[in-house]
Amino acid sequence: MDEIDEIVQEFLVESHENLDQLDRDLVALEREPDSRELLGSIFRTIHTIKGTSGFLAFSNLESVTHVGENLLARLRDGKMSMTPTTTDLLLAMVDRVRDLLTTIEASGAEGDVDVSDVVEKISALLDGKEVPAAEPTPVAELLPEVAETAETAQVAEVTPEPVVEAAPEPIAELVPASVVEAAAKSVAPPVAKPAAKAAPAAEEEHGARRNVADSSIRVDVDLLDTLMRLVGELVLTRNQIVRQAGEQEGLELVRSAQRLNLIATELQEGVMKTRMQPIDHLWSKLPRVVRDLGAACGKQVSLSMVGRETELDRSLLESVKDPLTHLVRNAVDHGLESPEDRVALGKPAEGVLTLRAYHEGGQVVVEVCDDGAGIDSDKIAQKALDKGLRTSAQLAQMAPADILQLIFLPGFSTAAAVTNVSGRGVGMDVVKTNIESIGGTIEVESVVGRGTTCRLRIPLTLAIVPALTVECAGDRYAIPQVSLLELVALDADRAATAVEDVNGASVYRLRGALLPLVRLTDVLGVESDRSDGHVLIAVLQAEGKRFGLVIDRVLSTEEIVVKPLGSRLKSLGTYSGATILGDGRVALILDVQALARRALTAEALERGTTPDTVETHKAASEHLRMLVAGIGGGRKVAIPLSSVTRLENIPTSSVEVVGSREVVQYRGAILPLLRLDRHLGSMSEREGDDLVVVVYSAANRSVAIVVDEIVDIVDEESEVRSDIDDHGLLGSTLIRDRIVELLDVRAAILAADPKFYTAPEFEVTLDADYQEAM
Amino acid sequence: MSTRMVTFTLDGRLYGVDVDAVQEVLRGQTRTRIPLAPGTLAGLINLRGQVLSAIDLRVQLELPSREEEAEPMLVVIRVAGEPVALLVDTIGSVVDVDTDQFEPPPDTLSGNSRELLLGAYKLDNQLLLALDVDRAVAA
Repeated sequence: MDEIDEIVQEFLVESHENLDQLDRDLVALEREPDSRELLGSIFRTIHTIKGTSGFLAFSNLESVTHVGENLLARLRDGKMSMTPTTTDLLLAMVDRVRDLLTTIEASGAEGDVDVSDVVEKISALLDGKEVPAAEPTPVAELLPEVAETAETAQVAEVTPEPVVEAAPEPIAELVPASVVEAAAKSVAPPVAKPAAKAAPAAEEEHGARRNVADSSIRVDVDLLDTLMRLVGELVLTRNQIVRQAGEQEGLELVRSAQRLNLIATELQEGVMKTRMQPIDHLWSKLPRVVRDLGAACGKQVSLSMVGRETELDRSLLESVKDPLTHLVRNAVDHGLESPEDRVALGKPAEGVLTLRAYHEGGQVVVEVCDDGAGIDSDKIAQKALDKGLRTSAQLAQMAPADILQLIFLPGFSTAAAVTNVSGRGVGMDVVKTNIESIGGTIEVESVVGRGTTCRLRIPLTLAIVPALTVECAGDRYAIPQVSLLELVALDADRAATAVEDVNGASVYRLRGALLPLVRLTDVLGVESDRSDGHVLIAVLQAEGKRFGLVIDRVLSTEEIVVKPLGSRLKSLGTYSGATILGDGRVALILDVQALARRALTAEALERGTTPDTVETHKAASEHLRMLVAGIGGGRKVAIPLSSVTRLENIPTSSVEVVGSREVVQYRGAILPLLRLDRHLGSMSEREGDDLVVVVYSAANRSVAIVVDEIVDIVDEESEVRSDIDDHGLLGSTLIRDRIVELLDVRAAILAADPKFYTAPEFEVTLDADYQEAM
Repeated sequence: MSTRMVTFTLDGRLYGVDVDAVQEVLRGQTRTRIPLAPGTLAGLINLRGQVLSAIDLRVQLELPSREEEAEPMLVVIRVAGEPVALLVDTIGSVVDVDTDQFEPPPDTLSGNSRELLLGAYKLDNQLLLALDVDRAVAA
């Protein structure tokens, strides 16, 4: 059954269920032939099968259900009344549908089941002709010779062209004359076997296999929830047992505990799986939506989907469906420009819509990115002002990124014109409400001219996640392992020197890179009970930023069951949930993302999350871009590119001397000059009458750093580092298999311009800038 | 019309909630404090694998805080299907009260507690203050 793809499987399961219902309805209908309700129900069932079969290109199935549907529509609307003939025909149709489904299930294709006779008879009935009474039980009528049917089936398939006749009923158009002819030839002698056994060969061939409908059952999601909760309890109990067993001597107990451990883990995974479905279930419908939308809006769109195997709790999947579709509609309708506009802007005519899904920090992140016009935060601000949603004073204080989030306010719609596609009164606020109702968040990022990214963060409630338990001020907290990079323990002596200070902000040199430190006690407003001077740092990663969380003690790693918190606790923005530890006590789960947002300065985060382009966002936030420059003697120095504003070549003759310092005139200002070779104890090997200058700026001050040559600009993965701590350097790293020294930018700048950092207006920005750069 | 109420005491006064809202009564539960949470939230407790918020009714009703060594009891009530624990001093009993005995809070009652009290049932020897469960939990 592997070759049958999932959609077909689902269709079969659904259809089999529907057919059983249909049989009951038809039988009931015989007793009360005028029941509109029954007819309506039958009509809907057939209609569903017809719709899906058309979609899946089962043309025989479609044609037989199509005529059936027409007949039923007529009956339902009271234009025809039930007679024994119609009942027989309907039953015959249902049987034929069942045959087709069986064949599809066995072989994946419609095979040779003939439908033309049923189609013909129903059409004839619809045309008002009397069906020959000579065939009283069409149900019993059976498949003709295989060879012949194959032929007719083919005929039926290849004759989609309607024969235009003067017949008033629409159905007449859909029955091709050739089918009628062919079918007339193939009328087979009735065989006294029920039609349901029509594909015996197929059944024998796959006899060992359970059929689709039998091998899957529908289970109430509530039941799964209960199971999930019980498994959660089991996991807790297991944690308790395993811990107690670890403390005791009895070998037997330890063994049993280990087995329990294994079984519980497998059971947990199994139950989790029953609820998880890949997000592709949602996405698989989107290519069509996008295509149709693109056509309707006159836009060319290519859809790319990344992470379609990302699994999501089924109930969440349902809740995300509408918001996601809305975002996709928005992106195509409002986000992407028309092909002409795009070409005029130098973009490819075809817009790219990217859907991305991945797990991050115990959440599923779903992104909808377009490379369209982007959202202008000024326009948003103006609109918010016009609509009276915000005052100009409020807006003035908001960062552009925050202003963008205003589009989620109720009563906000930026679409200049209400189009057929979106802007029908279901705005982004509804999307936000829907997402928040399942405990998720939504944010939007946009670069004007580059595109827009909407990011949904959906929690995995009920999830069981591996976590690190830590202690702080006597309380225990859990930190999800996904956010945890490593642990650093410093004894009192080392802590005294290793924890340094950048203008009041604690930092630790982690392999040469400065790691901003956040004290959990400060965040939570509690008093640490650790007085021996030891420092424990959990190095965490969130929102593309690394930071060190200072905690009192590390306890252990364990699987924890995430229990959702009430909205009141969630709104504190510090905890993502709670869990019950092995000893039965409750521990809060720290929301690392929220901690990062709260503790790291806005600017540092902004730099981390605002992408250069929407596409490279992940890469940009994970790697630091470095400018690699040669300074003579084969030495290479890396300078964080974020510090660099320009690269220039200036004539040597333009260098002047003021006091003991070299300066150059540059764009009407005087730039202090720093010769990096001399600063780092090297000798320039560059000859010629010009200098290669790297201009570093912050606020209104700039410094020119003279290097020998610009070698490269690389994305540095700051993993491989040593902290050979020479004067003016932060350490070294491997870039493209070469050892490159990391410039201590601050020291270098100070060497050129001692006042660079002291001007008060720089303090805040430089701090953040500096940390970011390092 | 009579109503059945579960009674408990807070700072020497008698309070009551509708018996239908009460799930169970507990004592001796370890509470996990919640830094940064409002003072009315006295922590989280583990009730057979479920994490419940515990609300300190003394704080909620603006009564003086409990003595250090006094161990509070917990009344677990269900509000909108969700269990919540209320911290009380002692548990009383289940009493039947009649609507005739009921009076709304006096006009002189002000502050937060006015919002939280439905009124008082005049018992023979004292007043039974009926708590508005939804509000007590929501605030």
